[in-house]
Amino acid sequence: MERPLTKNIRPGEEPLSLEAYVRMGGYEAVRKALREMTPDDVVKMVTESNLRGRGGAGFPTGRKWSLAPKDDRRPRYFVVNADEMEPGAFKDRMLLEGNPHQLIEGIVVSAFATHANVAFIFLRAEYTLAARRLERAIAEAYAKGYLGRSIVESDFDLALHLHTGAGRYICGEETALLTALEGNRAIPRAKPPYPQTSGLWGKPTIINNVETVVNVPHIINRGAEWFRGLSRGSDGGTKIYGLSGHVKHPGSWELPMGTTIREILEEHGGGMREGYSFRALLPGGASTEFLLEEHLDVAMDFQSVEEVGSRLGTGTIIVLDGQTCPVGMLHNLEHFFARESCGWCTPCRDGLPWTERILAAFEEGEGEPGDLEILAMHTQFLGPGKTFCALAPGAMEPLKSGLRYFRKDFERHITEKRCPWR
Amino acid sequence: MLSFDENKTISKLADRYEKKRGACVEALKMVQRWRGWISDEDLNDVARCLDMSADELDGVATFYNLIFRHPVGWHTILICDSVSCWIMGCSALRDHLEKELHLKLGETTADGRFTLLPTACLGACDHAPVIMIDGDLHGDLSPGKLSEALASYR
Repeated sequence: MERPLTKNIRPGEEPLSLEAYVRMGGYEAVRKALREMTPDDVVKMVTESNLRGRGGAGFPTGRKWSLAPKDDRRPRYFVVNADEMEPGAFKDRMLLEGNPHQLIEGIVVSAFATHANVAFIFLRAEYTLAARRLERAIAEAYAKGYLGRSIVESDFDLALHLHTGAGRYICGEETALLTALEGNRAIPRAKPPYPQTSGLWGKPTIINNVETVVNVPHIINRGAEWFRGLSRGSDGGTKIYGLSGHVKHPGSWELPMGTTIREILEEHGGGMREGYSFRALLPGGASTEFLLEEHLDVAMDFQSVEEVGSRLGTGTIIVLDGQTCPVGMLHNLEHFFARESCGWCTPCRDGLPWTERILAAFEEGEGEPGDLEILAMHTQFLGPGKTFCALAPGAMEPLKSGLRYFRKDFERHITEKRCPWR
Repeated sequence: MLSFDENKTISKLADRYEKKRGACVEALKMVQRWRGWISDEDLNDVARCLDMSADELDGVATFYNLIFRHPVGWHTILICDSVSCWIMGCSALRDHLEKELHLKLGETTADGRFTLLPTACLGACDHAPVIMIDGDLHGDLSPGKLSEALASYR
């Protein structure tokens, strides 16, 4: 089984220096793309590879790239979304800390393909180790001519800057990220216009997640067909899956796209810890719907997870065990979303604290039967299309499925007037 | 007043962006690194460097969790209270910290040494529960291990 993204990552050890990275075949994709291919060739190859965005939404990468206007001569930007703050998600940390040159190589090729001459990595502030390692790698790449003017003696120039945030979840939303990069409060923008046509300072801008970008050099080196062959399903490539909660071996692993949940949970995660039973899981971070034991054989790819009513999201699984209160878990999730709402649109700003307060009341044994209807109403009123961005609809996904799967647990909180798990 | 070096660094940062204000968060963090927090005077100085009004910059500064417009302790402790850490027992860690440091979430110890703040997911869910002290991550914590980690910052 090939693990192109993580094969040169040694957990707990320093990442490869530029020299070592080049020895392992690094920056070959830059040479190939910039010297032998046109930007359109690169876009075509990435499109054929069936690479879908790994940030959560799964939009086809080649298609996103080709949406930038062709006849627009204004400056263009390429931005890497490294603002990994989704609760339960920790996959990009490994790529950022473990092999920063791989990301830089991906950025150079992606920026070339999308005609961008300036690129930013938008990194969350708390990833301090990643910031130090990226800064060093960027300096090394500039010194050796992989960034800056006439990269590998081609006529392509690229300036790459590391931008770190200051701790707000909304910065991961692509339009809020742009607003933040411009030095404003990180408030999302209405779409259209999409960033591909009007992004950073109104210029065409492509934004991709870290895991998406690091796939690009491997596609260029080995071809679209090889990339598709890595996967067990129709979406190309491998996927970095993560697992957290009361499992024997929490962690993250690069596996073929379409690996089943059971395989991740039992073979790689070692199953549940002694004294804990399996109850449910969130397949792709905090803003996805719960799945149950009957879903364990579902393949973790975009379509399969959607068919059973949830989303692949970030591919990082959070396990709810039988010894933890599901209502408490939902309260924790809604507390997070309420706190991180940017406050720009009314449904999110007012609706999320309302759901949080109701769930807190359940926890305190003060829930009432009508509260379940109010919560269900919120899942509608804060659902897709009712708010400015996807934060509140994302917040409603675990709640919606929680009301369906854990109804008896809610009712026990009402009848027993306390949390039965405490 | 900003030092010569601070002014120079802010100007250099601002060059990366099409408009200077793009550098405002990085500039505020740089100033905060040495002073601990952003006073009104610092805010005015940074705003002037970046051609922003102080009010505009305050609007940005107050948006973020990690830019402090009030004094904080020498060491800031960020306790992750997001879902994986919650499942793995971050509430017990918070109770332990509050008891050991004699403070509540959001407060600073009487000796000005520690400030305790909640934070969104620190992205280390495989090592939950985790905390971050001054940018250093501490994972797989129990109340006992937490006391050990804390000791090196006293």
